[in-house]
Amino acid sequence: MNAANPSLLQIRDLHIEGYYDDAWHPLVQGIDLTLARGEVLGLIGESGAGKSTLGLAAMGYTRDGCRITGGSIHFDGLDLRQCSAEALRKLRGLRIAYVAQSAAASFNPAQRLIDQHVETAVINGGMKRSEAEAQAVELYRVLRLPNPESIGQRYPHQVSGGQLQRAMTAMAMACQPDLIIFDEPTTALDVTTQIEVLAAIRDAVKRFGMAAIYITHDLAVVSQMADRIMVLRHGKRVEEAATRQMLQAPTQDYTKSLWAVRCFRTDPKGRPEQGGPLLEVRNASASYSQQPVLHDVSMRLYRGQTLAVIGESGSGKSTTARLITGLLQPSSGQVLFDGEVLPADYRRRSKAQLRSIQMIYQIPDTALNPRQRIVDIIGRPLAFYLGLKGKALRQRVAELLEMIELDPGKFMERLPSELSGGQKQRVCIARALAAEPQVIICDEVTSALDQLVAEGILKLLDRVQRQLGVSYLFITHDVATVRAIADEVVVMQRGKVVDAGARDVIFTPPHRDYTGLLFSSEPEMDPDWLDRILQQRASV
Amino acid sequence: MKSVFKELVHAPWSAKFGFCVIILYVAVALLAPHLAPYGETQVVGDGFAAWGAQFPLGTDNLGRDMLSRLLYGARNTVGIAFLTTMLAFLLGGLAGLIAALKGGWVDMGLSRLVDILMAIPQLIFALLILSVVGTTATSLVLVIALLDSTRVFRLARAVAMNVVVQDFVEAARLRGEGTVWLVTREILPNAAAPLIAEFGLRFCFVFLFISALSFLGLGIQPPTADWGSMVRDNAVLITFGDLTPLLPALAVALLTVGVNFVVDWMLYRSSGLKEC
Repeated sequence: MNAANPSLLQIRDLHIEGYYDDAWHPLVQGIDLTLARGEVLGLIGESGAGKSTLGLAAMGYTRDGCRITGGSIHFDGLDLRQCSAEALRKLRGLRIAYVAQSAAASFNPAQRLIDQHVETAVINGGMKRSEAEAQAVELYRVLRLPNPESIGQRYPHQVSGGQLQRAMTAMAMACQPDLIIFDEPTTALDVTTQIEVLAAIRDAVKRFGMAAIYITHDLAVVSQMADRIMVLRHGKRVEEAATRQMLQAPTQDYTKSLWAVRCFRTDPKGRPEQGGPLLEVRNASASYSQQPVLHDVSMRLYRGQTLAVIGESGSGKSTTARLITGLLQPSSGQVLFDGEVLPADYRRRSKAQLRSIQMIYQIPDTALNPRQRIVDIIGRPLAFYLGLKGKALRQRVAELLEMIELDPGKFMERLPSELSGGQKQRVCIARALAAEPQVIICDEVTSALDQLVAEGILKLLDRVQRQLGVSYLFITHDVATVRAIADEVVVMQRGKVVDAGARDVIFTPPHRDYTGLLFSSEPEMDPDWLDRILQQRASV
Repeated sequence: MKSVFKELVHAPWSAKFGFCVIILYVAVALLAPHLAPYGETQVVGDGFAAWGAQFPLGTDNLGRDMLSRLLYGARNTVGIAFLTTMLAFLLGGLAGLIAALKGGWVDMGLSRLVDILMAIPQLIFALLILSVVGTTATSLVLVIALLDSTRVFRLARAVAMNVVVQDFVEAARLRGEGTVWLVTREILPNAAAPLIAEFGLRFCFVFLFISALSFLGLGIQPPTADWGSMVRDNAVLITFGDLTPLLPALAVALLTVGVNFVVDWMLYRSSGLKEC
């Protein structure tokens, strides 16, 4: 910090509290933060660490049910805590802008992109509409949106997720703000799309010399974007350093544990010597109301193994799972379990057939009935399939809770809303295990969770597999997850299987075209990775 | 139970007022024979007697005590309205949940049937049917319950639609659970909040509807005391500037307001809306 480049944002000893369970709880506890003009600061930490709360506080804003209890926030000499609501409103959008995680949820679906883009500039910035529109087109071009002249005329649902996220970044830049806060802007995107968005955001930020706070839980992503990284935990600063220094030599144990997440590997389990596949999809094709989504898909899962199905959204991996569970009927092809053809419709499957294939969902919040206690949720398959009652049932639920490393005494009587995301996902696993199945379909089970929590879930699944010999069909878009737990891999693209084989074979170069693209899109923890990969692709 | 009480203590004054009104009405309905100075249909004096010591609110056109009839009216009008609303919810709610759960032709069939019923103006339809089958209390309850269940069906179906697509319902289906379990354990508990709120609202409508029918002479039949018909019977007094005939209407209005206060509070709680 020198005199010629005074700090743009200065937060001193900030305390924020949130109101829940009838009491105020600290969310941010005494954080100092300084940001120079044109500097990009990465905020990283697990969910609940206070990243977003801190990011919003930089705009002088707190969510409903939160209050700032101490400290100061100075933006370019202005004390945001003393500013009137009117002054803050003028500041936001014009000089400080915000890019939210889900662009789809943040755009008004009933207005064209460009109408929303120019709104702040015209109302608050005193710009003429035609001027603002011309500038919007320019920004669309900078952010490399296709057809920058006409894309603004579309409605939010008419562009893809990655494009929408870029349109939102463009909107945030509409008034040339001094500071932009990015709150997990690429978390909801596929890896191949993420690269484009990251590159576009980074170039635009550099080009206009804006300062930015980049909030994420993905270390590899933040190391591409930020000059400096701050690690948060439980609302406190763990450590802060320049990006390269932080990556090479983290000093705190917690930071090191964040770094180590990506190194988890299961030991490969060989195919059983005898017997055919436990679960087989044979030449299945399917369509959603005339629109074909699966073309001649085949895959085999052997007893005690993990088969990972990887692909971007829309590649048909979840559709394959619906086919196996019988929620969707194939137009041709079959699903075989232990050599027998399963009825295509789940309603015509026997109780034993239903029991042997269980499912774990992506979002544990919607997968658990919010009105049932944990003991009822896990107990229901026990009562339904095994006829357990009363004391025996509670005993078994307690065993299952112990297996998933939750204290039965504490958790049995709770409602799902009283659990964290990772704990909920563990309950989902326990519910699947309660049925004593032979196959568990895991549909993106870790993608809604933090990396540390996700790693815990993967380790748990691996341990359970070794104990019980259950087989997993693991659906994911995350390359790191596949590398961690798969025995065999199937790569899908646009409803077709484009690559398949054992993990070591698939991950050893040379890769097939699409597999190579997918793998190289996975961010690495090297600050030069994005430049390198973009250069490589440009030269091809 | 404890938490319900705690919630009530924290409720806004409007909701507390609403609860007080409802409790008062329920108490009056239950204790009417003990509270009323005279019998329900007893002719005790001259017609249209003024307010006084003997008849606190005067007498009606036939010389029956107004206060007593007002108290008994709570029992009849509120009781029948409550019964009707319950029936409408049982019928419409169940059909709506099943339509949402089953989808396909079940949903199609039920929804179109409801559309047909809703296409005919409610009051005219009720008048038509009641004049055909006769106006006994039973037919009144059944006809209004059927007509009102169409509105409940619409709401229950819409709310359940949002619940049915959630993963935990899919998980229960894949477990092989039957319709009864799905409706009572998985869907209903998650659709209950808006349905309860609607119950209060629907109750008011039914209540007003019965009063309107009584006023038209097709509702609860004399000599049974009923607020709607009491207004009609004594309407002539209004021309003399006497407020007595408006008292039953006031009773109707007060309960409607009270119930709506409580409903507002419940909606606020179930939707998570916050005051700014």
